[in-house]
Amino acid sequence: MGVLGEKFFNWFDERYKIRSFIEFMSHKTVPWHRHSIWYYFGGVSLFLFIIQVVTGILLLLYYRVGEDSSYESVQFIVSKVKFGWLIRSIHSWSANLMILAVFIHMFSVYFTKAYRKPRELTWVTGFLLLIFSLTFGFSGYLLPWNELAFFATKVGTEIIGSIPVIGKELLRIVRGGEDVTGATLARFFGLHVAILPGIFTVILFLHLLFIQIQGMSEPPEWEKLPPEKRKYIPFFPNFLLRDLLLWLIILNILAILAVFFPWELGKKADPFAPAPAGIKPEWYFLFMYQTLKLLPAKVLFIEGEFFGLLIFTVAGILWMLVPFWDVKTDKGYRNRLINYIGLFVLIYMLTMTILGYVLD
Amino acid sequence: MNSDFKRSRRDFLSYILGFGFLGWLVSVLYPIFRYINPPKMPEAKVKSVKVGKIDDFKPGTGTIFKFGSKPGLLIRLETGEFRAFSAVCTHLDCTVQYRSDMKAIWCACHNGKYDLNGRNISGPPPRPLEAFRVVIKGDEIYITKEG
Repeated sequence: MGVLGEKFFNWFDERYKIRSFIEFMSHKTVPWHRHSIWYYFGGVSLFLFIIQVVTGILLLLYYRVGEDSSYESVQFIVSKVKFGWLIRSIHSWSANLMILAVFIHMFSVYFTKAYRKPRELTWVTGFLLLIFSLTFGFSGYLLPWNELAFFATKVGTEIIGSIPVIGKELLRIVRGGEDVTGATLARFFGLHVAILPGIFTVILFLHLLFIQIQGMSEPPEWEKLPPEKRKYIPFFPNFLLRDLLLWLIILNILAILAVFFPWELGKKADPFAPAPAGIKPEWYFLFMYQTLKLLPAKVLFIEGEFFGLLIFTVAGILWMLVPFWDVKTDKGYRNRLINYIGLFVLIYMLTMTILGYVLD
Repeated sequence: MNSDFKRSRRDFLSYILGFGFLGWLVSVLYPIFRYINPPKMPEAKVKSVKVGKIDDFKPGTGTIFKFGSKPGLLIRLETGEFRAFSAVCTHLDCTVQYRSDMKAIWCACHNGKYDLNGRNISGPPPRPLEAFRVVIKGDEIYITKEG
């Protein structure tokens, strides 16, 4: 560091005590073992989120919300604005990859039992981030106002209407009226670019703060290992450089996907056209879509949709609270039931997703 | 005695403050809740629409028409007979279509099927489609809602 740099550093340190922070960061380590690869997926999700923020802000420069302008402005972005097609395509691809990364991150944390004490709240905030990511996906999907988005939103929101007593009112609040119209578009836009980013950033900050305070979780097997047998690598620079390399690879994958498989815009939404054949929700909603499709119209006096919604809500809450009901067995860290439940959930989601693709 | 009296006085004040806070919270949240709930627009009740001339519709085809703010489906059977229904799927609000290959009304969203009388015959739809009356005056076709 030059003299000027040193002066600058001292100026800040005198006021904000950054020396202790740098001291802390320089001693940060990451446990090194055969499951260490899973540590990267949180970082990958974060990187993709940053890409979403940047490309999202860029899209905002030209996007104009409205029944008569949303589709047209996206068309303008992808056909007239220089590199508009690239920005829009990256935004769509990165959204999908982010949700994939978040799912991988979640399941890896689940199966390595990294959510256990003292990391319960890291898990809970992580689960909330997943839910908000899905809401981001659902609300963003409508914004180009194309045929597929229109019907996906119609169906997706109509399910809310199946909730007894408050369903109809809730549906009106979500749609901004009886039907999916320009009012819905305006609401989803506000949600997507203002409300969600605000809430998401706060929870993300907490999530990252918890990780910084507690450090990376060590695998449960390490409890029996003598301390000298546990291997660590420094976070800075060893782990960070690996992280950055992976981010670079992801960015390249994104570029390839965006260039060679540009996201389609499709036909403009027409409320007076029949739903197009082969219509399906985004892949990350397919398992729920397929489940709802298989449910009969009535389950024990309850409407099929509401029954499905109820099951998914209860399952989601149980999943979020797993750190609080997963108990260590007498023999130690193993609780096989947790593994079986996790496997069941994973296989169920995969099977239903594949069925959703294959079946009509 | 004195301290008991003091405590109960303090409790009393806490309750007052607590209720005051609750009241304040409600007075802030209630307008917000009412604000996000959109006003009900008085919709002009559409009872009847003119959809076109008989010759505009070939036998064995289905056409979506506007019935107020909702879509309707007009089918001309192979026999030349006209039938009209609401095109809103009773399952989850999608817009249905006539499929000549199936000789049925079909919803693309969840593969729901209705027969040509609007009865739900397979897939998730829980109820039949609402039927409209087709009135032919001269060569013009009018669709009206019963009742």
